[in-house]
Amino acid sequence: MNNVARNQKIAFTCLSVLGLLTVCILIYIIGYIVSQGLHMISWEFLTTKPRKMGSEGGIYPAIVGTVYLVLTTMIIATPIGVGAAIYLNEYTSRGKITSMIRFATEALAGIPSIVFGLFGFAFFVILLKPVTGGWSILSASLTGVTMVLPTIVRTAEEALKAVPDSLREGSLALGTTKWQTIKGLILPTAMPGIITGIILSIGRVVGETAAFLLTLGGTILIPQSLFDGSRTLSLHLYMVAMETGAMDVAFGTAAVLIVLILVINITASWFFRRLVKRFS
Amino acid sequence: MNRILEEKIVKVFLFITAITAVFSVLLIGVFVFMEGMPIFLKYGITDVLFGPVWNPSSGVYGIWPMIVGTIYVTLIAILIGAPMGLGVAVYLVEIANKRIAKLIVPAVELLAGIPSVVYGLFGMFAVRSIIAELERGPLADYLPSNYQTGYSVLTAGIILAIMILPTIINISLDALKAVPREYKEGSLALGVSHWQTIYKVLVPAAKSGIITAIILGVGRALGETMAVIMVIGNTPLVPVLDWTGLFAPARSLTANIALEMGYAGPEHQQALFATGIVLFVFIIVLNSLTTLLVRRKGRK
Repeated sequence: MNNVARNQKIAFTCLSVLGLLTVCILIYIIGYIVSQGLHMISWEFLTTKPRKMGSEGGIYPAIVGTVYLVLTTMIIATPIGVGAAIYLNEYTSRGKITSMIRFATEALAGIPSIVFGLFGFAFFVILLKPVTGGWSILSASLTGVTMVLPTIVRTAEEALKAVPDSLREGSLALGTTKWQTIKGLILPTAMPGIITGIILSIGRVVGETAAFLLTLGGTILIPQSLFDGSRTLSLHLYMVAMETGAMDVAFGTAAVLIVLILVINITASWFFRRLVKRFS
Repeated sequence: MNRILEEKIVKVFLFITAITAVFSVLLIGVFVFMEGMPIFLKYGITDVLFGPVWNPSSGVYGIWPMIVGTIYVTLIAILIGAPMGLGVAVYLVEIANKRIAKLIVPAVELLAGIPSVVYGLFGMFAVRSIIAELERGPLADYLPSNYQTGYSVLTAGIILAIMILPTIINISLDALKAVPREYKEGSLALGVSHWQTIYKVLVPAAKSGIITAIILGVGRALGETMAVIMVIGNTPLVPVLDWTGLFAPARSLTANIALEMGYAGPEHQQALFATGIVLFVFIIVLNSLTTLLVRRKGRK
């Protein structure tokens, strides 16, 4: 019996160490990047153009590129993703088409980002060049749309599922059509959940590099339109670290990225908590 | 009448948005295969898959080094990441008090949100310098000089292990939580200790969920590009298959595509798409494994 108690004590100690180790790893990574990069961040770093292939100067074009890319991707992906979730949850019961759509959404979530990049390169950059302008924000956004679609569909569907049926029945009983009910009642109720999905997707686009490496072109110039090439912060970090070898700029960019991701995560969990509160 | 028309238009529009995912998957599959197949047809499937030399400038396209490199780093990542992730999940479900759990759960979420290039940069400096010190210090006599840079399969494996932790923790957490309370209570009522209950009752009961977690972790590790490129050294050679191979610089399938797409000529591009096909097939096999598992669990 003594042996059993001792084993349990050893095992539990090991498991607690693992749990704390996870937190320590996170703190170490964030601490390391921030301590190496924070001194680089200044108003000038954020608002000026890079000089000498990015080894000096600021990261302004990469910030502009990131904002453009995130906006374009989300403007296209949100209606498609939310629309798909509404269709799946409100308009069909279980059928062959529904399970096919679900399967495809799952499959999209599992495809490696570099394969999205290959596809975006062959389809949007090369084949649709007259429309997208080749390597451009538009090509990268359309590639990004296919990547974030599963996240938006899944979270929106969860949010819609959480809306009680009594609301739908009550509204329909008053003589409104199905779409009026969805537009006026169901969507507003599910909104915090939908927004959570959108914010998570923004995080994905901000952090993604491989797919945009093949579709965004990577030019350091400030983009003038959606048909221009650009680079995001992540892409800038990669290019500066691997090609230019300007490590302090790389760490500075990484620190900016970490701050951005922190803000995105905190906002997402704030909305998620509002959703939980609404239904409890 | 107007309302009925609106209703119909909306339904058509929603249907179109819903099948976008299906079209995307089909298009991705078609384009990657269409662009990559010519290389397999021209040079023979076995020569491309198992060819040990990758030298695009002289038209030799053997993907074997990258296949081995990918499998190697993925194995290391899983061997470190899976037990650790499962351990954390068990700790969170069974042992941790609420205050500690409230610290760990957001930390795991944040780990999942950190961009892969940031992991890469961290690995390039923090992890690589430790590995390099090991290679040049105590192991210097055993390793060839090109194995002493710190860029290695092991470095990549360690970074990937951290990156797949959130996937493994979250999914095994759900699996452990889904085990009916009665199992645990029954076991404890028989006088079995809490720890024995965990590893003899709870973990086996959550087995299929835990395996799913590991498979998804493998998928994540196979598909990761940027972090791997930044720490693996990118040499397209098959690592030596003894323990020194751990310290060999290598190249993964994903890295192969990302590194060379920028300057590849037409045939070289096709070879990179062929690399993409191999990656795609790996992922399809993994996904089918998960589907099979979920189905078997459903039948039970």
